[in-house]
Amino acid sequence: MKKAWVLGIATAVLLAGVGTAGSQPRVTITYWQYFFESKVKLVDQLIAQFETQNPGVKVVHEHFPYDAYNQKVASAVPAGQGPDVINLFYGWVPLYVDSGYLQPLPTDAFPPVQIERDYVPMIKASRFDGKYWALPTAVRSLALFYNADLFRTAAVVRPPVTWDEFQGAAERMTARDDRGRITVQGFGIAPSGQDHHLLREVLFRQWGASPYSADNRRVTYASTAGVEAFRWYTDLITKSKIGAIDFFPGAGGYRNSFMAGRAGMIVDGSFAIGAIRRGTRAAWGIAPLPGKTVGGAPSNFGSYWVHGLTTKAQGPRRDPATAFLKFLVSEGTQRLWLDAVGELPAYKRLVEDPRLAADPSFGPFISALPHARATFFVDEAAQRQVIVDAVNEVVLNNKPPKQALEEAAAKEQKILDDFWAKRRRP
Amino acid sequence: MERRQRRDPSVWLTYLALGAGSVLVAFPFFWMLSSSLKPMAEIFDVRLLPAQPTLENFAEVLTRTRFPRWFANSLIVAVITTASVAFFDALVGYTLAKLRFPGRDAIFVVILATLMIPTEMLVIPWYIMSSANGWIDTYWGIMFPGLITAFGIFLIRQFMTGIPDELLDAGRIDGVSEFGLFWRIALPQVRPAMAALCIFTFLGNWNAFLWPMIVIQTPDMRTLPVGIALFSGEAGSAWNLIMASSSLAIAPVLLVFIVLQRQIIEGIVLTGLRS
Amino acid sequence: MAAAARPAGRPRLELRIGQQRTLWAYLFLLVPLLFFALIRILPALSSLYISLHEWNVISPVRPFVGLDNFRTLAADPKFAKAALNTVRYVAVGIPAQIAIGLALALMLQRINRFRGLFRALYFMPFITPIVAASWVWQWMYSQHLGPLNHLLLSVGLPAQPFLRSPGQALYAVVAMIVWQYVGFQTVIFLAGLESIPRVYYEAAEVDGAKGWRLFRNITLPLLNPTMVFSVVYSTIVYLQLFTQVLNMTFQDQGGPLASTLTLVLYVYHLGFQRFRMGEAAAATAVLFAVILVITLLQMRVLSKPVDY
Repeated sequence: MKKAWVLGIATAVLLAGVGTAGSQPRVTITYWQYFFESKVKLVDQLIAQFETQNPGVKVVHEHFPYDAYNQKVASAVPAGQGPDVINLFYGWVPLYVDSGYLQPLPTDAFPPVQIERDYVPMIKASRFDGKYWALPTAVRSLALFYNADLFRTAAVVRPPVTWDEFQGAAERMTARDDRGRITVQGFGIAPSGQDHHLLREVLFRQWGASPYSADNRRVTYASTAGVEAFRWYTDLITKSKIGAIDFFPGAGGYRNSFMAGRAGMIVDGSFAIGAIRRGTRAAWGIAPLPGKTVGGAPSNFGSYWVHGLTTKAQGPRRDPATAFLKFLVSEGTQRLWLDAVGELPAYKRLVEDPRLAADPSFGPFISALPHARATFFVDEAAQRQVIVDAVNEVVLNNKPPKQALEEAAAKEQKILDDFWAKRRRP
Repeated sequence: MERRQRRDPSVWLTYLALGAGSVLVAFPFFWMLSSSLKPMAEIFDVRLLPAQPTLENFAEVLTRTRFPRWFANSLIVAVITTASVAFFDALVGYTLAKLRFPGRDAIFVVILATLMIPTEMLVIPWYIMSSANGWIDTYWGIMFPGLITAFGIFLIRQFMTGIPDELLDAGRIDGVSEFGLFWRIALPQVRPAMAALCIFTFLGNWNAFLWPMIVIQTPDMRTLPVGIALFSGEAGSAWNLIMASSSLAIAPVLLVFIVLQRQIIEGIVLTGLRS
Repeated sequence: MAAAARPAGRPRLELRIGQQRTLWAYLFLLVPLLFFALIRILPALSSLYISLHEWNVISPVRPFVGLDNFRTLAADPKFAKAALNTVRYVAVGIPAQIAIGLALALMLQRINRFRGLFRALYFMPFITPIVAASWVWQWMYSQHLGPLNHLLLSVGLPAQPFLRSPGQALYAVVAMIVWQYVGFQTVIFLAGLESIPRVYYEAAEVDGAKGWRLFRNITLPLLNPTMVFSVVYSTIVYLQLFTQVLNMTFQDQGGPLASTLTLVLYVYHLGFQRFRMGEAAAATAVLFAVILVITLLQMRVLSKPVDY
């Protein structure tokens, strides 16, 4: 009888031990990201590794459909639910900070000096109110994807180096039926895809216009040079007609048209490499973005998804959450991320690896990182819409590019003003 | 009746019109089916029939994803919700149509008014409620907002108003209870509408996306539409898989429709005869 | 009828039966009313409360701002555009849907062969998942590659931009929505038609009525409750269009230059993309008021006492 009693106690202790991982009280933290198969699998592995290194911590990993991610966050947060560590597009960070959802990264764990020393320069966009709010594991830049078969047919001998060459190549590759309808686009044009980024950080800058003031408070792209750049872009649709917006349906239609062999070139991000590799029938390659002139100043758009600490990570969960975040953005994870997900590492010293620069897929993106800028978005969705609308005003309503761009600048200025005005309020 | 129709030339015109219309109506649907049979390389070819039909999309959906689990979850949610809606909506519809009591019209207007708030605005309060009660990531959490619908109440009320009062009075004289009047006399009279309501409710829950997506946390609880949404991502959508999974998702709804539509058509001829 | 025959000395008993019935009615309504109060009405009221505050989803500070959110909306040309578009969807879509749905239901009633097949075919669009359906529709509308333009060109007409045209996009979306809902509408009308007792037709035919007169004098009046339901319910649905509009132009949500934008899509962008819940709630309050007024008007105008 007594034996059974002892056995019972022992079992209970053992069970409790399993439940709390030894003597330490077990802390559970939650991590959220959107669903992307290879990322989800990798993070599951990483969590297992992290949990062995930190026996007192359990990490719950939850993931949601990409298109509904924001919605999920917006619904969960007012209920005090949601994660301790969250994955966000960098362009949403000011909105989340402004909403009081993120806490600044603890400076002892993430000293700003170290961040600025270790990371590629685009990371500056995550500095806000003089603090860093979130950090990435991987970064992206833009490059030119080209269909090598179509190049050959159209006697384009090499990827274009200047935008003039680009336009010439696109014109030669564009094919039309006897009624003048496009059957093959020279350039898969997509203002709502990556082209609004291309305009902001590449074309405007290369034509000699800075898109925004240094303090990110003023829209400055509607200058003479900016209008010229914008006119050059809209002329691709209205004058040389080397592509059509929404040529293929659905989000990412421009990429689909490339994969189906119906676009000679597209401008796309490094995150598209995997999909394009799987789905493209023709021979294809990647080249750095063209410049305004040969040897002219290069520029590129950089972007990244960040990991941040939410205001929910308080008390006993704060330290484990910080440790997990540190683990997620560590050099080791960045290496794994490159192999498993195919995204470029965010550390300068990893990017400088010559093998990476020589890689035919990654090379053109890697070479862009030193001059890649991430636009400081205060309201990414609204700011994107402004540029998309400006292009449509020219293409569909025959508005002069100058007027369309000036109106766009005024609209975007209002978005910025609203944002900064609200922040001044106590 | 049948013989007379056959001689009537307008009947042939009716067939012709219905036939032509159904081609128009079914065209997008068949495109979806045929796309589900196209290999990835063909999916963007604007062609109705696949050049090299394949079942690989279906195989991938069924083996590489948790499609069977999503399917089962959707089935559980849709069946239970439909049963609840059928009972409560019919009861309320009957009460509002056939019983006379103070406040009846006001109650009807209030119930109708609840239809006028878009779901998009209700999901946050629902989430807060679910979170406070521990309903997050449960079947109950997915189902509770749809267990009684203003749509169904409105539909059934409209059909119940057509039932002659004499029919109910006769029941009362025979000593049928108030619930019996609803269950045994009124309900059979609106079988077509009830069948329609069941079809719509099943379908609505089968296809529901916004609220399930928000209340579900873990992969095991995902319903079909939430699962299918995973085929769309940052680097584009896997249209071949979306088409295959959508085609698979249609099957049970079609079954429900085929079973219940007989009820709609071969409804009742009794109403008139009895009164 | 029975009441008239009863002796005058029994009103007290009548009253008691009436009271009893009232009690039963409230009993039947108890659970559903509680349900609606908790699941629909309270959240709606909280939405109204939010509309009077600066509410950006997460921030713990939510100052009362009075009607500021409503003023912001009034100053936003996209809100006006969304409101106008929404009215257009209702004005074009509902008459089309109801006319086609009724015609189909009447035709389906006339035929004896292939009934089940045709009914199933016309119902197919309604059960096709919207994401898949809208992808196919976008292909059909495609300016350069789509079969619709092939058709137009082959009969000598110029190709049309459809979804890429600010003038045509909304109607292109309406066509897709009508395509989708017509099966639903047909089922409703079939149920309504089947609920009309045959004796009325038989009696009228004895009197020599047929064809249009039969339809005009028997079918249409007796279909009134179904018609009221269809008009009122589809108005509510069309005033809340969202999913179809979102998916038909997913890459530029709301169509080129907001040409297909609806109020609910506008609300969704404000609340869930831009986290401006205060303004989103204000837009919802406006939408609610509009739907309520229209619905009450419709009920008043359309509802006639059913007289057998």
